[in-house]
Amino acid sequence: MSATSRTSAMPPDRQGRPALVLRGLQKLFGDVAAVDGVDLEVRQGEFVTLLGPSGSGKTTTLRMIAGFTGQTAGTIEIDGVDMSHVPPHRRDVGMIFQNYALFPHMTAAQNIAFPLEMRRAKRSEITRRVAEALALVKLDAFGHRFPRQLSGGQQQRIAFARAVVFHPQLLLMDEPLGALDKKLREALQLEVMHISRQLGATVIYVTHDQEEALVMSDRIAIFSRGRIEQLGRGEDLYDRPVSLFVADFIGESNILRGRFERDGGGGWLVRDDARWRVSAAQVERAALGSGSAAALVIRPERLRMVGPDETGATAGTNTIQASVRDALYLGSTRKYELTMMDGRAARVRRQLGGGEREWQPGDRVGLVWAVDDAVLVSDPQG
Amino acid sequence: MAIDSWRQPRRLFLLAIGGLTVFFLMVPTLVVVPMSVTSSNALTFPPEGFSTRWYEKMLTDRQWSTGFINSAQTALLAALLATVLGTLAAIGTARGRFPGRSAVNALILSPLIVPVIIIAIGMFSVFVRWKIAGSMVGLVMAHTALAVPFVVVNVTTSLRTMDRNLELAAQSLGAGPVRTFRRITLPLIMPGMLAGGLFAFITSWDEVVVAIFLTSARFRTLPVEMWEQVRQVVDPTVAAVSTTLLAVTTTLLLLAFVARRQGPAR
Repeated sequence: MSATSRTSAMPPDRQGRPALVLRGLQKLFGDVAAVDGVDLEVRQGEFVTLLGPSGSGKTTTLRMIAGFTGQTAGTIEIDGVDMSHVPPHRRDVGMIFQNYALFPHMTAAQNIAFPLEMRRAKRSEITRRVAEALALVKLDAFGHRFPRQLSGGQQQRIAFARAVVFHPQLLLMDEPLGALDKKLREALQLEVMHISRQLGATVIYVTHDQEEALVMSDRIAIFSRGRIEQLGRGEDLYDRPVSLFVADFIGESNILRGRFERDGGGGWLVRDDARWRVSAAQVERAALGSGSAAALVIRPERLRMVGPDETGATAGTNTIQASVRDALYLGSTRKYELTMMDGRAARVRRQLGGGEREWQPGDRVGLVWAVDDAVLVSDPQG
Repeated sequence: MAIDSWRQPRRLFLLAIGGLTVFFLMVPTLVVVPMSVTSSNALTFPPEGFSTRWYEKMLTDRQWSTGFINSAQTALLAALLATVLGTLAAIGTARGRFPGRSAVNALILSPLIVPVIIIAIGMFSVFVRWKIAGSMVGLVMAHTALAVPFVVVNVTTSLRTMDRNLELAAQSLGAGPVRTFRRITLPLIMPGMLAGGLFAFITSWDEVVVAIFLTSARFRTLPVEMWEQVRQVVDPTVAAVSTTLLAVTTTLLLLAFVARRQGPAR
């Protein structure tokens, strides 16, 4: 979707400014930093996901943006206004919780009307906008029901309608689909994404599910230990992870650990008596000193399998010998689990139906990759 | 089945124990019911004949009917006060963060543990000095203190089972602290307040120890009146009054039970 259509529902005066700016955001609980210096700038109408394992600071960051938790240091700016010390009810953000947090003593329609009543909207306008919001989430006929009379998916749609009905500056979502089953979750992922874009809403979305993040987001911020480890589009994170943590967290990867040695423009990753060539582009990007602990990250679909005697090696490739442990049929692809000569595990994913040779457990093969397909990162544990 | 045969004797044993407990608890209480409809002039069991004249006497006798009104007024006022104060205390101790919070909580709940006679003596000596002993004001204050723990316990339970995210959601939707309390918190803890209030009413309604100390010949509650009467003339009106007290208390307890079951819906 193009940038102009995404921002079409937004008043023109908002368009130049960033929707959200976090600067040096920090939160200490006692001596422990839950969030430790987060900087983030989000454009109007952008869908940004905070992704990370539990305890990485993503939810605490979201709660600080909402104003539920005060920050220890740093500033929060929403649509050009410093909101660092503004109470939550004056921040004009819509929040969606994992457990829906619908008011149990109000009907769906009353729940949706609540933020409009708080803004002292006229009766007739409330009625009209509640009806619109119910239609938006395709629950027109359910306005009179109480939350307990709705399924989990329906409850979350009502919660979504309630959070968008007053056109907040920001839409915050804290693992909103986490409590739903897989099928429903996938359907709602697309729905939330489409409606958010249709409304031109700026969304900050928290999840620990990397697939969800890849599906929904314009950009993803990978959280680790209270910091943003990498911020970028899904493709950036997948193809050009800046660290072993990101490579490991997003998608599957094969990781070869060793010591980096510079050699002219390019270099080598050396381990024991083996060494693999690293492309000049990778060397430049990783900016590692010669002799430092490093790792090569290779995605499972970037590995080719050849017979043990064909080296398959040309100038721009590396090869590792391995044996096939399992060959798993996954419909459109086949996934191979292999054991490399040094005993470590590797995995390869190949498209089926391309006439490519298929391998059986026990086969000995060579794993071949183009040097440009292996990303060089530093290895903090090395 | 194997499991059932293993279970059977245990079940019977439990049933027998439970049945006996209920029997010994209920019978001495319920025995006043048949006694209240006796046609004889003496308080006897089993009753002789059938008559409602002791109920008539209860309603027409000045002493009994004033006692009834005094008790009802005292209990109503004490319940109202206890509900308001107890709810505020519950919110403060459940949500507030201040030093000495658990000490405050223990102090509020202490009337449940401290022997009533000690409370009665203490209050009597203080209230005499304040010149509110022997009046409704004094008794309402004393009963409020006795009843507050029931409200605190019930409301605290409601607050604990309530999802904190509901209040956060309300805030993010534009409700300040006051409106969040009025529109979200209050309706959701209302069943707890109601149950607590009913318990508070009952606490005052049938309280006799503190009431003996804090009432006078001019102001007497129903339980105190019964106590006085039983010591002098034993006529079956006492049984009629007892039955009435029992009926009111049981009804209110059932209502409190229903109110608690209405607790914050998911």
